[in-house]
Amino acid sequence: MGKHASDRRSIAALVREAEVHRDVYVDPEIFDLEMEHLFPNSWIYVGHASQLGKPGDFITATIGRQPVLASRHTDGSIHVFYNRCPHKGVKIASEPCGNTGKFFRCPYHAWSFKTDGSLLAIPLKKGYEATGFGDTQANEGLSRVRNVAIYRDFIFARLSERGLSFEDYFGESLSTIDNMVDRSPEGKLAVMAAPIRYMHTCNWKMLVENQTDTCHPMVAHESSAGTAVKVWKREQGDSTETPMAVQLYGPFMSPYEFYEQSGIRIWPNGHGHTGVANSIHSNYSDVDGYLDQMVAAYGETRAHEILGEVRHNTVYFPNIMVKGAVQILRNFIPIAVDRTLVESWVYRLVGAPDKLYERALMYNRFINAPTSIVGHDDLEMYERAQEGLKSNGNQWINLRRLYAADEQPDVTAVINGTSERQMRNQFHAWAKFMTMGMDEHTEAAQ
Amino acid sequence: MIDDKAIIDFIYREAELLDTMQWQSWLDLFHSEGRYWMPLEWQQQDPVLQPSLMYEDLLLLKVRVERLAGERTFSQKPKSRCHHLLQAPRIVACDVAAGVFKARTSYIYTETRGDLLERYSGWASHDLVQVGDGLKIKLKRLDLVNFDAPFGNIQLFM
Ligand code: FES
Ligand SMILES: [Fe+2]
Repeated sequence: MGKHASDRRSIAALVREAEVHRDVYVDPEIFDLEMEHLFPNSWIYVGHASQLGKPGDFITATIGRQPVLASRHTDGSIHVFYNRCPHKGVKIASEPCGNTGKFFRCPYHAWSFKTDGSLLAIPLKKGYEATGFGDTQANEGLSRVRNVAIYRDFIFARLSERGLSFEDYFGESLSTIDNMVDRSPEGKLAVMAAPIRYMHTCNWKMLVENQTDTCHPMVAHESSAGTAVKVWKREQGDSTETPMAVQLYGPFMSPYEFYEQSGIRIWPNGHGHTGVANSIHSNYSDVDGYLDQMVAAYGETRAHEILGEVRHNTVYFPNIMVKGAVQILRNFIPIAVDRTLVESWVYRLVGAPDKLYERALMYNRFINAPTSIVGHDDLEMYERAQEGLKSNGNQWINLRRLYAADEQPDVTAVINGTSERQMRNQFHAWAKFMTMGMDEHTEAAQ
Repeated sequence: MIDDKAIIDFIYREAELLDTMQWQSWLDLFHSEGRYWMPLEWQQQDPVLQPSLMYEDLLLLKVRVERLAGERTFSQKPKSRCHHLLQAPRIVACDVAAGVFKARTSYIYTETRGDLLERYSGWASHDLVQVGDGLKIKLKRLDLVNFDAPFGNIQLFM
């Protein structure tokens, strides 16, 4: 038994009011506990309904360490299962996505299942007669994930049987997803392609925290965004139009004052976003015809309201970030205590001009790809942190920036944009969902 | 006159410039409208409305080159190095009259930094045009055999 295993107090002690212990990033036991408690207790992003366009379409995903499978049934309903055969545990679907036809068929002994998961057929069924098979869990087919919520086509699941409802868990934070979807004149998003994938040799939480870290861009990205601005100034000649590429890189170099006043909003349960008043996405040039489409769809006032909301990064605790203004979702998938798979998805705004999709794809490869110079800046810092935290010199990470002693947990508030409050907010939620139900657990084990 | 040998020599020379980190001379090989493209899909057709790992013009390539030498480019402390192992290029098109040429080269690319070493395999397609007596790159396309795998940092040029 390790230092922390299922000891509620020991885990809670890793998070102080404005400091966290390095074990949360480097201790494999803590990682195991996150997989066992934190991820199952939280609502986790599985995929987008547009990936399940027709019956038989499926996608696979992982929640914590557990492989899951989502499918579109013949009646149009979407189901999420554990991706394992009830016979001997073989993974039913091995590809990221596909169409299984009318049923899933296990490749090992050909048990088959309807697309709602129920058992369809077993070869030589006679062999199970009078064996009591009817009373087994296997007879029920694919084990279903019972807590599934589809919000404006975003599919979320919670593995744990107990916990907060989807509405209580996300609350007002869903406004970022609303805004992203509303940016389509048809109120619809579509996934058209596979995500960009990027392997990070660091703890998953470093990535999540970085989404609302506004004190690093002008420092860490001087090398990439700073150079882009410098080269453009030198090479622009008499061109009057700033290329899309430079528009995307440039704002990363905004000064501290810009981030201070653009603000951060926090919500209960660890969610929060940067870019309240404005953001690095505020000043992209207009795309021909788009505003007219939006006005036609929503009316003048509402169209401007939708497009005027340019939130920067919204963290949905624990492990996704949504960037509404460029239609990107980043999924930080924990692999090991020091290994995180990042999948960056781009959604197409259905009915909007191609140029917006082009811009979103460009942003994704400029910032989120393994070939991205901005990505190189960030990953270098995470890797150095993962190394540096092995040091015993100081075992605490400091999150005290703009801390006030009377800070309340689980509230909605708008604060100074350079605050580390959202990181404190996340760690409060981390401790909460890590230990949720843990007392009962410990008693049961005794 | 551009012949097969001139095209093949050009491609080997390009790899040599990258391996010896002569970035400026490498940039000089590009046509002013040249592009460097690394697709993210099998036999991808469209670099703009389909996702790519890279699709960059000369301005963006210059940014990369300048960044590599930057005082505050922390991901290059220590510096990366690279190695290209090329199979003999196959000439796909050689239109001397129009001055357009195309070659395909199978390669293994190694990038190393500190104690790490990463290896990639793929095919490079060169679209070349004649400018004066020489050749310039109109498009360099790099199709990785495992384009869909989750890579770590790829900081130099394949
Ligand atoms: S393991 Fe699936 S049918 Fe046997
Ligand atoms: Fe960053």
